[in-house]
Amino acid sequence: MNRQMTCGASSIAFRNPVFIQSCACVAGQKESEGPLGTCFDIINEDPMFGADTWEAAESTMQKQAATLAVQKAGLQNRDIRLLFAGDLLAQTVASSFGTAGLGIPFYGLFGACSTMGESLSLGSMCIAGGYGSHILCATSSHFASAEKEFRFPLGYGNQRPLSATWTVTGAGACVLGCNPPTRDSAKISGSASDTTSAGNSVRYPGTLRDNNTCAVITGLTTGRLIDFGFKDSFNMGGCMAPAACDTIAQNFKDFNRKPEDYDAIFTGDLGMVGQKILFDLLSEKGFDISSRHQDCGMLIYDPQTQDTHSGGSGCGCAATVLAGHILPNIINGTWKRILFVPTGALLSKVSFNEGDSIPGIAHAVIIEQYQLPNIP
Amino acid sequence: MSDNHSSQQKQKQYEDYVKKITPVHSLGLNMCKAFFTGGIICVLGQFILNYAGKLGLDKETSGSWCSLILILISVILTGCNLYSKIGKFGGAGGLVPITGFANSVAASAIEYKAEGQVFGIGCKIFTIAGPVILYGILCSWILGVIYYIFKFAGGLL
Repeated sequence: MNRQMTCGASSIAFRNPVFIQSCACVAGQKESEGPLGTCFDIINEDPMFGADTWEAAESTMQKQAATLAVQKAGLQNRDIRLLFAGDLLAQTVASSFGTAGLGIPFYGLFGACSTMGESLSLGSMCIAGGYGSHILCATSSHFASAEKEFRFPLGYGNQRPLSATWTVTGAGACVLGCNPPTRDSAKISGSASDTTSAGNSVRYPGTLRDNNTCAVITGLTTGRLIDFGFKDSFNMGGCMAPAACDTIAQNFKDFNRKPEDYDAIFTGDLGMVGQKILFDLLSEKGFDISSRHQDCGMLIYDPQTQDTHSGGSGCGCAATVLAGHILPNIINGTWKRILFVPTGALLSKVSFNEGDSIPGIAHAVIIEQYQLPNIP
Repeated sequence: MSDNHSSQQKQKQYEDYVKKITPVHSLGLNMCKAFFTGGIICVLGQFILNYAGKLGLDKETSGSWCSLILILISVILTGCNLYSKIGKFGGAGGLVPITGFANSVAASAIEYKAEGQVFGIGCKIFTIAGPVILYGILCSWILGVIYYIFKFAGGLL
């Protein structure tokens, strides 16, 4: 019997769809003031999230998102077989400290800002392979902890170039499962954290299901490391766009699809500069995605009023936009099939100072609307 | 070898292309803002100097008071999270005067406080200012040597 589900050179087409049982997102104040401000489950106006350090703040945020996703799925932590989580900090401390208390078997990931794509890819592979019936995928980023890790102390007075992006303070989490989410949504009592207030208009307070409509992952394309030798750490779009181009073109090739086969293609955090490069690079390969491309980093902030320059970035950017904006819109039918392509710039301060370039990576996940058969 | 060369060429091509499409701040406007911001800081310094002189302090003591007061103002503004706004607006105008130096030290101290008095503040307080201190001292040493040589040569003549 042929058990292979591989498709083309670097893609996987799942024989059975992987169900997204629930999704949750937590965001900071600046994100709540942006165009997607009403989409987030929890908005925390305290940038410290009640903790003493920026790292602990990010951990707290990721734990809130993870806990809320499990609650929304109507599950307990012990029902979750595996947890795939990562973040931007060195040794991914936000994930390890944030999820330590959950008691779920844990794989820590580093894919820079592509982490949500990486965790969804690995999680859905494990579901499809039969390694668990419920798997949690989570990631986070925090503006202040990222600035501290990669750039300057917050109080330092410097000018950011127009190509720079603004790290999103946010965390997102999804529970994946082999079975459709249950119809009875779990009751969320707002107990995810006592220090937070629930977002104003949460569209799916329970499982990610509306009558018989669900969201499923049907395939994925694993990205390759793409290095164009680019060395500007304040122009991440320029580092990541070639990787996004490679993964998207590979996805079209492997699945024998055209851009028109997707209702929308979402990249993670290319920003305005990266989007332009992506269009140019893809048109060299003969693809025009400009009519259906959106960038999570460009959706989350309003550059006119929020002074974010090229757009938002960070693991939390793609993760919160997926959980707060993309998945609800798949359920309500805005899009039937999308390609979700979080992009990461694998920047290390050490290798960068030693003169090395910043390679990019992008992982594509195909998410589709799924109608369950009507069983009375 | 030629393969290496062509990849370097490709890299250069991509860099040039990205540079071409990346928007940049207006240099003229930024220079005006820097002149304005740096100018105000210097006027403030001159005011302190003149005032100290009026109080009867000699030139050297007035200069010390001027530096100390500007540093104090900068550190307080950094603590109130205001100096970063001045730096963002004024660019080099906020960076170059002594207030910019004080800002870089105070900002590091605040940021790394959580990592402890020794390994946090102690080790990392000069993360940004360190190069200025090191190469500033090195430059003054080199200039001192040159000065000494000329003085020595002058004495011989």
